[in-house]
Parts: sequence; structure tokens; C-alpha cells
Amino acid sequence: MSTKPKLAVFKFASCDGCQLTLLDAEDELLDIAGALDIACFLEASSRVVPGPYDVALVEGSITTPHDAERIREVRRQSKYLVAIGACATAGGIQALRNWADSQEFLAAVYARPDYIETLATSTALADHVTVDFELRGCPINRGQLVEVIAALVAGRRPRTPNHGVCLDCKRRGTVCISVARGVPCLGPVTQSGCGAICPAYDRGCYGCHGPAPQANVASLAEHWVRSGAGPAQLVPLLRNFNGFTPEFRRVSDELAARLAATE
Amino acid sequence: MPDLLLQKGDLQLLFDRLSGDGFRLVGPTVSQEAIVYDEIASVGDLPRGWTDVQAPGSYRLEPRSDEAFFGYVVGPHSWKKYLFPPLATLLTADRTDSGWAMHAPPEPTEKYAFIGVRACELAAIKVQDRVFLEGAYVDPIYKARRDRCFIVAVNCTQAAATCFCTSMNTGPRCQAGFDLALTELSAAFIVEAGSDSGRQVCGQLPLREATPAERAAAEAARAQAVAGISKRLETEGIRDLLLTNLEHPRWADVAARCLSCANCTMVCPTCFCSSVGEVTDLKGDHVERQRQWDSCFNVDFSRMNGGVVRNDVRSRYRQWLTHKLASWIDQFGQSGCVGCGRCITWCPVAIDLTEEVAALREPGP
Repeated sequence: MSTKPKLAVFKFASCDGCQLTLLDAEDELLDIAGALDIACFLEASSRVVPGPYDVALVEGSITTPHDAERIREVRRQSKYLVAIGACATAGGIQALRNWADSQEFLAAVYARPDYIETLATSTALADHVTVDFELRGCPINRGQLVEVIAALVAGRRPRTPNHGVCLDCKRRGTVCISVARGVPCLGPVTQSGCGAICPAYDRGCYGCHGPAPQANVASLAEHWVRSGAGPAQLVPLLRNFNGFTPEFRRVSDELAARLAATE
Repeated sequence: MPDLLLQKGDLQLLFDRLSGDGFRLVGPTVSQEAIVYDEIASVGDLPRGWTDVQAPGSYRLEPRSDEAFFGYVVGPHSWKKYLFPPLATLLTADRTDSGWAMHAPPEPTEKYAFIGVRACELAAIKVQDRVFLEGAYVDPIYKARRDRCFIVAVNCTQAAATCFCTSMNTGPRCQAGFDLALTELSAAFIVEAGSDSGRQVCGQLPLREATPAERAAAEAARAQAVAGISKRLETEGIRDLLLTNLEHPRWADVAARCLSCANCTMVCPTCFCSSVGEVTDLKGDHVERQRQWDSCFNVDFSRMNGGVVRNDVRSRYRQWLTHKLASWIDQFGQSGCVGCGRCITWCPVAIDLTEEVAALREPGP
């Protein structure tokens, strides 16, 4: 019997992109497989070793009553539960349903909506069970995933900085596209993790790693409004992969209310 | 040594001379819709015919009506990125059968010639010299780069709306700390040598003595910069003002606007904070100790055993401003601010430290 920690990967409502990041860690994959017993990872292998597991990497949000039950079972089977990706940590892009009537969507999409059993909301894992660690991103960053696994194996805290994206732009010498071009950018209120990719390719940060700690989203939004960007532009920017996080939601709701008042 | 005159067509000869002496030329160039500092190969890389228009929270690259090489002020980058690199490996370690084998990083071999350093930037380099070279502990990474660099300064002939070097007594005239200083005229540069290596380079260039008229033209060009400065930071009693107003309501006011995004500290040419962390491979057999630029605006920057010391934006903004303008004087015998205005321009929400200090001078409501 192996004494290596047992790793399991589970998926809820998601695109699979985050667990794909594990397969995409080509250079490190053999080392990972050497350090851990990959006991359950359906995207990679149909071999499933039953729980309990030492580490569970869980992707996806909770959108059905079945999933709400299943995540509790995953929790019961897992010593250390890591939520990976914006769906698992914030509800994902599918949390747009939280501002709408999901029954209406069902009626529009499915010939027999009565076959579909779904929750009215898409929510983060932490809204349902205790999560030991959240790895942010849409998708998660490969280097950060390897760092989390390395830290778990070594029994230390993962080194995943929580400062804003601006610091990464400055370290790599990217000129601020917000100041130099007037492009609304979520970088100042978004947590690092991606390496500040988007501004380096001439577009604003769209917040895929979610709000930085103590993010002052309201001040940033006010500045854009004063600079001429309307709520009609800003609400969709905030209601993205991490739109349902309290920090982004509060401000997008205020802007949406302002928009509704002017219509 | 008298002021000398270099024809604009001969500027490339200066570059060739420095390259010939083994310097890598770094200087202003247009990239990402801004004038940044990067490696340059020839005068053709200089931002000739471009200028910058700056305001709190706003920077725009715009064409000039003339062919000036240095007709701009300061941009998003500063020379600290070459002297105090954003990421540096302090040591590497490998696990061996007989324990850990530690390796010091290789000494840098490159030496830089900085082209176009402004007076406020000379002052900033001097401030960082004090921090990295003149205390109890000398930073070897900074020292290796600083000792080898050659500085071609340029006197400003215009000012941005965010400039306030005259308040900090750092400019706009380059007084010391350079090897060569240029003042740009329409067809030539007036050249001053500020060091032996500068004089040596002058001896190898086709220079002639400047005429009184040319010297007067340079004086007039430099005067334009002084005349163009509209921003002012009142520094009278500033140390005591800040340190005796730690509970002023303005701190909460600015905290409501501040994003705590660290941009001001990153663009600041004197901010020197970093954090050190160890990066391992998956097996833990190879470790790199890395130093990265960090900022007092990051929540975790003040995390210690037990928690975060400055756990809200108010305390972090107050820490930055009081250090920069007040306790820096206690620590290093001078202000940490050189009046370049970068923190004002590059603040995403247009916070202006001169306005914050002015508000702190008013009694709270």
C-alpha cells in the first residue's frame, strides 16, 4: 500500500479548464505523479480508488441540488479540500444566473424544462462546505497549482501572493493602460496570480483572479464614471467570472441601480 | 571645463563611444504608447518628435511640432529598474548527499550607460545610494550595478503639470551626480562634464566651446522648465506636520479614494521595499531565494507572527506618506520625495500627494 498522499480531482459546474491545467503541467507531471498517488482524476484516467483522500482539488460551482449533496460527500472524504478556479471560489461566469430568473433560462433553452433540476443560483464551494484553500483564477495559473501541490507535499503554506495585479504590471515594466490610454482595467482591485497578462497585450484586466483583499472597487468605479465611462460599460466588466464575489457584486449592483434610475 | 557644443548630428558619436567602451545603452524610447526606458541601439530609438502630456491619473503620448530628442519629462519607468531590479536571485541551493550546497548568484557583467537622466532622477539615485550603499549594510546587487554605470543627464526644458522638483530643491537643473549633462537646443546640445570619465568621453568627441549666445540659449531653454512648473508642495515644517497629525480626518478621506494598488510606490524612483521568498522545485531539491519589488500598500507586507499590522487602507496610505515625507528625514537625513510627480500621474484614481499634504495643513472639521 502506497504511503504517498492520495490526490483526487473532482468537477462540478465548470468548463474543465482548471483541471486541464494539471494535465497541462507537462514538465512537472511526472514529479507530481511521483509525489502523490493520483487516486481519482477522471479527466486523466478511468481508474478510481475510493476515498478517503488526503487532498481533493475541486473545480466548479454548485448549481444543482445533486451537486449540493455531492460536495458534502467530497468534503467528508477529503482531509484537505482545495477549491480551484473562479467557479469553485466565486460561482463562475454561470453565476450571472443569480441576477436573473433561472426558470426563464430553462424554458428558453430546453424542450422539456421539467426534466431539469437546478438551483436558482450558482455559488462557490465555500458557501456549502468548509474549504481549506482557494486557488483563484479563470483558469488557475499552472505555476500556482504546482506551487500549491508542492507546498502540500512539503507540509508548508503555499506561496500564492494576494496583492493586486498592478504590482505585477510594474515588475514586468508594462505601462499602465488605464492611465496612458484611458482603458477601464480591473487590475488595481484584482488579485495577482496570472502574471498580469492582459495589460501586456493591450487590454484591461477583467478580474479573472477575483478581488484583491480590501479591494476598493467603489473608488475605482467612481473614477471611471467621472472619466466618462458609463455604468452600461462598467456593469458587464464587473459581472464577469468573479462577478458574484461580494466586492464586485456590491459595486455592480450600485451601478446597475443607477443605470435603472436613468432609464 | 567650459560648456561645450555637440552638433545634433554627432549625438550618435557619443552613443558609439559609450558602446565602444562596453556600455549597454539604456534610454528613452517610445513603447506601449509611452516614453519608457529600455535598451537602445542608436539615436533612431530616441523619442524624437514626441512628448508627454500629464495630469493626475493621466498620461498621453503626443507628437511635438519640432524634432526634439528629449522633449518630454519623465515617464512610467525610472532608472531604479536597472539599479534595483524588480526580481533578483539572492542565492540558490541544491540538496546533495552531504547536505545543502549554497551558491551565490553570478556577478552582473553588464554595465549600463543611462541616457537622458533628469535632475529629479539624479536626486532619486542619490536617495537610493543613501539607502543601499551608505548605511550599515551595503546591498551588493545595487552596488555592482551602480559602480559601473555612466550617466548622461539631460536638463529639462519643459515641465509637466505634475512636476514639483522646485519644491523639493532637486531640479530642474542638473547640478551633480552625472558624467555628462546635456541641454538640448534646436540644432545642438550644450554639454557639461561632471566627472573624469565624462571629461574623457568629451575628449573623444568633436566638440567645440559654446559661444556666449549658445550658452544664453541653453539658459533660456532651462528657464522654460522652471517657468512651466505650476505644482507646489509646501515643505516648511513638513516632518512635524505629518508626524503630529496622525489622527487627522484627511487620512480617512484619502483612504476612501485610495485603491492601495501600490502603483505610486512602484513608479516612485526612491521607493526601495522588497520581499524575499524561497521558491522550490516540486521535490524540494533545488531552492532559489528571490527578492522582488514589494510595497507597503500590500496587505501582507506588514504581516508578522500574529497578524497584519497595517490592516486598512488608511494606515497604509498614512505609512507611505509619512515615511516618504517625514520619517525618511529621520532615517536618512533627507526627504524621500524628489518631486518627479510620477505617483500623481500614475495613480489610477488621480490622488495627488501635494493636495493631501495641503489638506493636512488645514485643521480637521
